[in-house]
Amino acid sequence: MLEIKNLHVKLEEEDKVILKGVDLTVEAGKVHAIMGPNGSGKSTLSYVLSGKDGYEVTDGAATLEGEDVLEMEPEERAAAGIFLAFQYPVEIPGVGNMTFLRTAVNAQRKARGEEEISAADFLKLVREKAKSLKIDAEMLKRPVNVGFSGGEKKRNEILQMAVLEPKMCILDETDSGLDVDAMKLVAEGVNALRDEGRAFLVITHYQRLLDHIKPDVVHIMADGRIVKTGGPELALEVEQNGYAGILGEVA
Amino acid sequence: MALPQLKQDTTEARLAGLTRPEGAGWLTSARAAAEARVRAMGLPGRRDEYWKYTRPDTLTAPVAPKAATFESGETPLFDAIDRLRVVFVDGVFSAEESDNIALEGIEIERLSDAAGRDIHWAKDLYGALETAGQDPVERPLAALNTGFATDGVVIRVTGRPIRPVNIVYLHRDDSSDAMLHHVIRVEEGASLTLLENGPAAARLNVVTEVDVADTGAFHHVRTMGRDHERRAATHIFGRLGREATFKSFTATMNGQLTRNECVLELIGDDAIAHVAGVCVGDGDFHHDDTVFITHDAVNCESRQVFKKVLRNGATGVFQGKILVKDGAQKTDGYQISQSLLLDEDSQFLAKPELEIYADDVACSHGSTSGAIDETALFYLRSRGVAQAEATDLLTLAFLAEAVEEIEDEALRDEIVNRLEHWLLRRRG
Ligand SMILES: Nc1ncnc2c1ncn2[C@@H]1O[C@H](COP(=O)(O)OP(=O)(O)O)[C@@H](O)[C@H]1O
Ligand SMILES: [Mg+2]
Repeated sequence: MLEIKNLHVKLEEEDKVILKGVDLTVEAGKVHAIMGPNGSGKSTLSYVLSGKDGYEVTDGAATLEGEDVLEMEPEERAAAGIFLAFQYPVEIPGVGNMTFLRTAVNAQRKARGEEEISAADFLKLVREKAKSLKIDAEMLKRPVNVGFSGGEKKRNEILQMAVLEPKMCILDETDSGLDVDAMKLVAEGVNALRDEGRAFLVITHYQRLLDHIKPDVVHIMADGRIVKTGGPELALEVEQNGYAGILGEVA
Repeated sequence: MALPQLKQDTTEARLAGLTRPEGAGWLTSARAAAEARVRAMGLPGRRDEYWKYTRPDTLTAPVAPKAATFESGETPLFDAIDRLRVVFVDGVFSAEESDNIALEGIEIERLSDAAGRDIHWAKDLYGALETAGQDPVERPLAALNTGFATDGVVIRVTGRPIRPVNIVYLHRDDSSDAMLHHVIRVEEGASLTLLENGPAAARLNVVTEVDVADTGAFHHVRTMGRDHERRAATHIFGRLGREATFKSFTATMNGQLTRNECVLELIGDDAIAHVAGVCVGDGDFHHDDTVFITHDAVNCESRQVFKKVLRNGATGVFQGKILVKDGAQKTDGYQISQSLLLDEDSQFLAKPELEIYADDVACSHGSTSGAIDETALFYLRSRGVAQAEATDLLTLAFLAEAVEEIEDEALRDEIVNRLEHWLLRRRG
């Protein structure tokens, strides 16, 4: 599904290199986790994949189902199936959550040459998905993420993911700032979307979330590289020994 | 004190081209007095502090600069709303295009008809609020209007008419120069919604005097037409009694030059005044909102909410003042003026002012100008919304706080729809 080869990224404005040769392949139907200390480049990887400005790819490639994503505009990547659940979801005063969702769904459909969703079908779809994430009608009416608690913001990200049904879901620290109940809701939301045709890249600092979203593969990222790859047991190792142990081992 | 020579010349040149309309004694004396006031204060000039950001020369010139007429081909604004239409074409009343001017709950007639009567309720109002509004800042174009406006609408509201009154201004002559003067008196407990739309003329000067008696309510929604070359100077003078409500909203799309002044005086306790506006300008566009609200009673609320979207070198101006007089305790005054600059060529000039002589008041003001929020833009794009559409969505969101000042949902939807289309026409 997603193939990243030797990806090197620096900041556009400064001579600071952040990703120093990332290699990663995520197969359809699989859940891969990326763990790593703060500042190791996890968010940068997610931004570069979704097309945020400010980064310069100096080497390497990233493809989604064989297509070069790095050449695409952010909206084209979304239409192609990439979705990023933001570490810090953005507040947009003045834009209602429902309007935002409908605009996004229809924009993607249009880009794929599909028909717009009818207002009734859309409402039904959102209500159904929102219910399982315990997002009430009032939250849907409010401006996007404005006045939402940390947990509400993260649940709202998962709602967008559920409604947009992307192929490649990237979750950047969706667990941070969540209490146990909220984390379960989020994990259930993700698990409900697990499917043969869909892949997940779950970025997390802690092992906690991975108790609920069972990964197939776990990668450890440090200083802009994937330094170790293994099964779910790798996450437990991080939990027990911290990053220092693993990093010491690979150094 | 003698006027500077240039100002005097400008004033005399303009006055020379005008003739005082015919009318009964009361109106003639109000007009003559206004003309004398214009002579004494002189028309605005570039050096006047109050015209620092807006060049008045085309507004004071003896002949109106030409402005091409413009056919949008759109359905007329407010068409979906059951309303009483009073139509002026290039400043001249059109009976054929107007509805039958009668509505339960109001007395409505043309100024030129009222002018023929020796006794009229408007006698005490015509020019009176305008005159009061000349202090502490002079507004010579308004005085000029009181002296020479050829027509207008005179409305006395005694009930709560179910239909709004809609003054429609059509522009069909590329050199028309229109001057209209409206007088509105909302009696105790009565309520009126006034709609205005259309470019009116190559150059328009309109004054609206609104006297809202105790517990009366006045709602006003106005758009100023899509003609690109038109110019306009408008003044609203409002006076609010106890528990009176005054809410005015203006949307301006295009127009080479617009100066909208709104001068309100809250003289009864517990009155509420909201003035809001949005303007969207592209290129040769200069829009000036000048607002002056005086609190002279206890426990009143006033809000000024102005938003401007500017691109391709368009200019926006905001001069807004809240004056809280001695004794106007518990005043709640709010003022915000913001602009969204879609490129680096556009500019926003703002002069927010507070002047407070009472100690127990809560007044705040803020003014900002900025570009599209890149973080929000990326968020939208990452969800699949194309850049142009995402930019428009954020632009409308920026305007929302002002548009939401329109209470009536149907009217609000009409305005939002026009703004959406304005943006849509500019998509690359
Ligand atoms: N836009 C940016 N400007 C400045 N520094 C940045 C920017 N983006 C990332 N960095 C730096 O790059 C490194 C990696 O950051 P990030 O990708 O956020 O790591 P992680 O998500 O793993 O904590 C950090 O040192 C961070 O400060
Ligand atoms: Mg991060």
